Amino acid sequence: MFGDYSLGDLGSIFVMQGFAGLILFSVYVLMALGLAIIFGQMGVINMAHGEFMILGAYVTWMTSSFFQSYLPSLFSGYFFLAMILAFIASGALGMLVEWVLIRHLYKRPLDTLLATWGLSLILQQAYRSVFGAREVGVELPQWMLGSLHVTDSIEVPINGVFVMCLTVLITISVAYVMYKSRWGRQVRAVVQNRIMAGAVGINTEKVDRYTFGLGCGIAGIAGSAFTMIGSTGPTSGQLYIVDTFLVVVFGGAASLVGTIASAFSISQTQSTLEFFMSGSMAKVLTLLAVVGILMLRPQGLFALKVRK
Amino acid sequence: MSDEPNKGLFSPLRRKLLMGMAAVPAITMLPRASFAQAPATSAVNTTGLAVTDTEVTVGILHSATGTMAISETGSIEAEKLAIEQINAMGGVLGRKIKFIQEDGASDWPTFAEKAKKLLVNDKVAAIMGCWTSASRKAVLPVMEQYNGMLYYPTFYEGLEQSKNVIYTGQEATQQILAGLNWIAKEKGAKSFFFIGSDYIWPRTSNKIARKHVENVLKGKVVGEEYYPLGNTQFNSVINKIKLTKPDVIFTDVVGGSNVAFYKQLKAAGIDLSKQALLTISVTEDEIDGIGGENIAGAYACMKYFQSLDNPNNKAFVPAFKKMWGEKTVIGDVTQAAYLGPWLWKLTVEKAGSFDVDKIAAASPGVEFKGAPEGYVRIHENHHLWSKTRVGRAKLDGQFELIYETADLVEPDPFPKGYQ
Repeated sequence: MFGDYSLGDLGSIFVMQGFAGLILFSVYVLMALGLAIIFGQMGVINMAHGEFMILGAYVTWMTSSFFQSYLPSLFSGYFFLAMILAFIASGALGMLVEWVLIRHLYKRPLDTLLATWGLSLILQQAYRSVFGAREVGVELPQWMLGSLHVTDSIEVPINGVFVMCLTVLITISVAYVMYKSRWGRQVRAVVQNRIMAGAVGINTEKVDRYTFGLGCGIAGIAGSAFTMIGSTGPTSGQLYIVDTFLVVVFGGAASLVGTIASAFSISQTQSTLEFFMSGSMAKVLTLLAVVGILMLRPQGLFALKVRK
Repeated sequence: MSDEPNKGLFSPLRRKLLMGMAAVPAITMLPRASFAQAPATSAVNTTGLAVTDTEVTVGILHSATGTMAISETGSIEAEKLAIEQINAMGGVLGRKIKFIQEDGASDWPTFAEKAKKLLVNDKVAAIMGCWTSASRKAVLPVMEQYNGMLYYPTFYEGLEQSKNVIYTGQEATQQILAGLNWIAKEKGAKSFFFIGSDYIWPRTSNKIARKHVENVLKGKVVGEEYYPLGNTQFNSVINKIKLTKPDVIFTDVVGGSNVAFYKQLKAAGIDLSKQALLTISVTEDEIDGIGGENIAGAYACMKYFQSLDNPNNKAFVPAFKKMWGEKTVIGDVTQAAYLGPWLWKLTVEKAGSFDVDKIAAASPGVEFKGAPEGYVRIHENHHLWSKTRVGRAKLDGQFELIYETADLVEPDPFPKGYQ
């Protein structure tokens, strides 16, 4: 298939395809990080993850509309404020949900699947009632649109670069919080043995609530960032949920490194295959590969040895 | 329509009071009025439909909840507007239209169930409804079994014809062929890249488009790609587009994927003012979500644009906005949904009866001169004769009309040589 093209063309396409893979990788990591904390660390199967993301997207939309109407001079920088607000909104909703719903279900992880699925339906209808059934268009500042000209034939999307930087930043923060801070140690202690952790004086309820809130907050940031590349509507969250679980489960539930490694392998496979065949076929082959590997390694790519 | 009060202020109580007050003169005038114009119920309704001396009931069946609510909301709004306008003009055969709205909830078995409920329990005279082909396919056997009449608004893949359905949208050849001819001539386009969502409508449409490009236009299809519904990552296919450098990108991507596709196309530096792109799946409704700045310059092939400059449309757009809000936009399917109640009214009046068999027989040849898209007429195959138009997307989310066929295009749901 490459016979008709010049070497220069092919070179630049391979560079851009490499970027496409990296962008997909960043997107996967960003959407999976929140779930990796909630599902991976806490064992809660959060089917409403996508809806927490879309809450972030709606917050971004509201911020953008607000700035357009009242502070047009500061519009170019609104996105950073929007991401912070998205984090706060989704995090706060997450903590509320944990308090009302999730904390009663820690001993019944499979029931969290049903409960959060119901929650996702409720949230979708709530968004539909509040924001309308139609999609909303989030307007972006001019500097975030378009692409960087590297050479005449190589162009790198700015929003892709933005997502990549954001992903690196958030991954490092999460890794620091989970593995270096005192609070992260408490979280891991609670996950490994709730009763013992309580016995040594850790307030497990509080740890649970903040962990769930953090996971949802990160979902909110992801949703905010995805307004650059995707749609914002009541059911848009559903577009991400399958891929998100795929990444987290394939990576090995309780491992942050696993999530990153799995996002990398899935995204590279997917984007390479997409280039050589149709998108649907690429998806089928990627899923087949994931299923095959999970059959051989049910615990995922990386797994912590935890005594249950 | 000038005396229509502000909907937002309508409380149920006030509505009841108003209806009660409105009924007073109606009751006093009833005997004379009904003898004067409305034919007897026994004459116009021989099959036990929900028709009384003063009212006739129809059904509205769309998804008000679930994924498809995004698309179907506009259709519901248009149908309600049409019904209200018809009632303001005195209704159908002297009877006011009353509607029962059911929610298909984006779930195809639910559509079938609700259609059955409307036909069997409510005995509605006609149903305005369905949007996706999947929902129509689910409802079709019900319509045929219980002999109902469905007015279906969406442009679709064709390959269907039923006595019990009037298709007010375009079938695939009506939508595609004229647009391809135009772009081939106007842009000298020889190479096409097809990209669509992976289900029946894009696949059938692209099959027709490919045959037309290869056999009639003597061009070449350099790529044909499908992505699962809901896909949000298009960078790889955009790279393929860059590599193959097609004269025209021809797209039928739908739903949330649409938004992702155009945002990423723009981000990848593909300038739609230089790269020709022809879409058959983006209307004003979709641009709301995509954002005008991401799609400005693209061509869309439709039969209706909100910006159409004709007297019918100039009355229709303000009426729609008055009823549903200044910010609402009107896309191709919304307009087609608006035709449903009107065509039904005209057909009933032509047949002089609400009976479904008589309506089905009377439908061919029914003309609607007040259609916002301009004159339309029902064909023997129950599709509409209508024009094909090409519009160019502008920054403000509206389309600028670039081209329209000189004559009405004949609907051809089973195109020879394209299957």
